[in-house]
Amino acid sequence: MFVWFRKRKFYLCARILKTTFLKVMISRIKSAYTRFFTYSLALLFALAFTTTQAQDGHNAIQELDNGTAKTHEAEGEHDVTKGEHGAAEKFDAGKMILEHISDAHSWHLWGHTAIPLPVIVYNKDRGGLKIFSSSHFDHGHSAYEGYMEKEGKLVAVDSEGKEDEAANANLWDFSITKNVMSLLVGLLILTWIIFSIAGAYKRRAGLAPKGMQSLIEPIIIFIRDDVAKASIGEKKYMKYLPYLLTLFFFIWINNLLGLVPIFPGGANLTGNVAITMTLALITFFIVSFSANKNYWHHIFAMPGVPKWVLFLLTPIEILGVFLRPFVLLVRLFANITAGHIIALSFFALIFIFGEMNVGLGYGVSIVSLAFTVFMTCLELLVAFLQAYVFTLLTAIYIGAAVEEAHHDSHSHDAHVEEAAII
Amino acid sequence: MQLVKPEIGLIVWMLISFGIIVFLLAKYAWPVILTALDEREKSITEALDSARKAKDDVAALKADNEKILAEARNVRDTMLKEARETKDKIVNEAKAKATEESDRLLKLARESIQNEKMAAITELKNQVAQLSVDIAQKLLTEELSSPEKQKTLVKALLENVNLN
Repeated sequence: MFVWFRKRKFYLCARILKTTFLKVMISRIKSAYTRFFTYSLALLFALAFTTTQAQDGHNAIQELDNGTAKTHEAEGEHDVTKGEHGAAEKFDAGKMILEHISDAHSWHLWGHTAIPLPVIVYNKDRGGLKIFSSSHFDHGHSAYEGYMEKEGKLVAVDSEGKEDEAANANLWDFSITKNVMSLLVGLLILTWIIFSIAGAYKRRAGLAPKGMQSLIEPIIIFIRDDVAKASIGEKKYMKYLPYLLTLFFFIWINNLLGLVPIFPGGANLTGNVAITMTLALITFFIVSFSANKNYWHHIFAMPGVPKWVLFLLTPIEILGVFLRPFVLLVRLFANITAGHIIALSFFALIFIFGEMNVGLGYGVSIVSLAFTVFMTCLELLVAFLQAYVFTLLTAIYIGAAVEEAHHDSHSHDAHVEEAAII
Repeated sequence: MQLVKPEIGLIVWMLISFGIIVFLLAKYAWPVILTALDEREKSITEALDSARKAKDDVAALKADNEKILAEARNVRDTMLKEARETKDKIVNEAKAKATEESDRLLKLARESIQNEKMAAITELKNQVAQLSVDIAQKLLTEELSSPEKQKTLVKALLENVNLN
């Protein structure tokens, strides 16, 4: 036993390192969530609490009114509730923030102005594919073709305006939502930038970079040398570089677009779990399909480890394969969403205090503005950092997957480097 | 919970549009940019290399010039030295030869003087001998003119012999 240990001392060190690395990964998910929840939930609760009393009173009045209305004929009920809705509309910070960071079927510009977006919905129970403008929903107030928008989500309703659970189960919503629109805008900007600088490189071959070229070029070189070449290795990096570059610029541009408060920015695209999940899935498939024998061998049967350890190690390794893209998904989502929530919370504070007292609202607005400016500066950094981290980790995972046998030290360097990223 | 629930519609749109863009960029844009960057880097490296080489060449040329100059200086110095040596040698040789010649001439002169002297002495000796013989003859003739005188002479001579 002792001899065995001495022989594999260094190897065990590496193993322990790897298990601690897994622990770090798990704790990172926790910390990412913790950051997200401490930021967002604390703020949400704090904001919600300030409005709770007003809200409670409001609800009580509404219930009371509804009760009275119900004693009357159904004809009058609609008018009463509608009137009530318009008159006693109170500011709800939590709802406002959630509305801003979630998807919608129309793009709100200002006041009551919004750009209607096309709704594309498929439901085999409801006459198959239907395409129509979201303006028919009248901002969630009315149903159209048996569908209604509820909190930004498309739901099937029956003729009385109640949610139809059976139809909802078969509902496939492929609408061009705000996020899809933002995605297209982001991709358009990305394509325009990259193709324009590609043109510049063709036109000005052999000359020094100019304009947009000189802005983007250092980043391209940075991704090429410090991310792709450093993580994947001199021999194989060229194959993955186009994806890594596209990935980086996609995340970065969309992060920045999310920080722009006016159209065409403002959508919480990179803070949307569907987007980060898709990116993480693409990374996962690239890693899995480019992985060599050595990589799978290390996962399923770690060489040089006794059988009984394998019982413990292999499940951890297999878990790690899925954990890595999951961490990618959560990190980007949590960071960007938290940034949006904080910025919105500062603005919500203005309205909460403004409701108490107009002067107080103006006073708070100065503080809020200062904080928002500061937060936005921080978010500009986070926008770059998260794009970088996502790209770097993707590169590191690809690097681990295509790594040739024998030199274990390299991958551990990468792991240590990865563990350093929080 | 709506926040952490991925919507299928967005995933589909994302997959399609992002996939198309990745494909387009990877096929038509990134290779152009990356090749251009590579080429420029290469050309910059080459330019730097050639600049360094040119600098080295200039330095080498300078060193060569220095070397040639130094060599020329050396040659000049050697030539001057040799000339000086030759001059000295010639002068010395001339001096030596002159000395030798003068010595020889002196010697010859001395010899001829000696010879003349000896000849003169010899002649003087001969003349003195002749004169002596003549004188002796005259004297003898005078002295031996009478028997008494002959007797006296023999007597004197004999006396002389005893004295010697």
